Amino acid sequence: MGLMPKGTPGQEGAPAAEIAAVSPNFLTTTLDFLTNWSRANSLWPMPFGTACCAIEFMATAASRFDLARFGMERMSFSPRQADVLICAGRLPFKLAPVIRRIWDQMPQPKWCISMGACASSGGIFDNYAMVQGIDTIVPVDVYVPGCPPRPEGLIYGIMLLQKKIKGETLADSSLRVEHEVGPDGLFLPPERIDELSEPFGNSVHQTRSA
Amino acid sequence: MNGADHSAEALARAFGSTVLGRAVSCGDRIVALACEGAHDALAWLKDDPEQAFDYLTDLTAVDYRDPEQPLEVVYQLRSLRRKVDLRVKIPLDKRETLEVDSVYDLWKGADWLEREVYDMFGVVFRGHPDLRRILMWENYAEGFPLRKDFPLRGHFSRAEQTRQALGIDIEGHYSPEELSLVEAFQGLHPDLEGRRKADAPEDA
Repeated sequence: MGLMPKGTPGQEGAPAAEIAAVSPNFLTTTLDFLTNWSRANSLWPMPFGTACCAIEFMATAASRFDLARFGMERMSFSPRQADVLICAGRLPFKLAPVIRRIWDQMPQPKWCISMGACASSGGIFDNYAMVQGIDTIVPVDVYVPGCPPRPEGLIYGIMLLQKKIKGETLADSSLRVEHEVGPDGLFLPPERIDELSEPFGNSVHQTRSA
Repeated sequence: MNGADHSAEALARAFGSTVLGRAVSCGDRIVALACEGAHDALAWLKDDPEQAFDYLTDLTAVDYRDPEQPLEVVYQLRSLRRKVDLRVKIPLDKRETLEVDSVYDLWKGADWLEREVYDMFGVVFRGHPDLRRILMWENYAEGFPLRKDFPLRGHFSRAEQTRQALGIDIEGHYSPEELSLVEAFQGLHPDLEGRRKADAPEDA
């Protein structure tokens, strides 16, 4: 489905009569398509950079990789005008309430990209101070692996998010439900958090007591 | 003999019983002091015109894996005028209460360094004006993370850690008191109004 009808004004050499014949322009499409198309192509990121991933994120935004191609050049340092939270780097427990408040301040529709191994799983920091994956604090849409991911990796993650957004429908109101922190002070069940935070890879060889 | 050796010898002469031992490691002169007279000795090192250790480079602590070995509070001193470095250690028996006198009255820079040692090792600095946690949040309840008997992943389950972390009072933590801005409070941005802990309701 194309958005541009044939004979768009401004085409090289289009005769005035031809333009007049197709004007006023109109198009037919679905509301879902139009909404998702505009949302996916103007994602304003809320950059939450805490570590080396933020350096790669800056490289992604700079001229060589040029995030502006995806309609994302406008970094939103106010969460109230942001669409996608990009957590670039490790998240210590001390920052957990901060990212949670930023997420709560972002208006719907909103999405979240977890960039890098630390944000996604705690990475090499399987210790007392570090959140073992930001999905125990905020809901995550796309995980980008890497330590840190190259800008191509982040761009691939962004394109995956765009693909996900283009598959959404306004009829499904559950997509826009706020997952708030419950009365027990968590937004996931405690068993789920413990399960997500289980040691894996090399850190299974570290004992809890040593 | 270099300047640090002279200082160590002069310290041993002036505070004979307080000096527990002297050593050289990698070319650095180290003096071990008994906890009781350590503050007087450090004050002498700072104020004596022959010594003039006017700069506290670092203040930290070491907990050794061997439970018999004492925990050491380490002062790295420098004399800017004499261009001399001296390391002073105070061994503390781990079976007793970990307490030393604060050196905040000698070097103002010890303020946050002593808070960090308190936060990570639980060493109490007598006479410190504001001995609170500095890296971990204030209601952190798991203990002192850099002690060797502290488990790497902490004492609590991940769910409990997450629950406590999400319960941190953000406004309280980033208050003008915490940021050491309280004296400039009158001229602060209106956004910071009501963030002072002193102004917060008592029941909060």
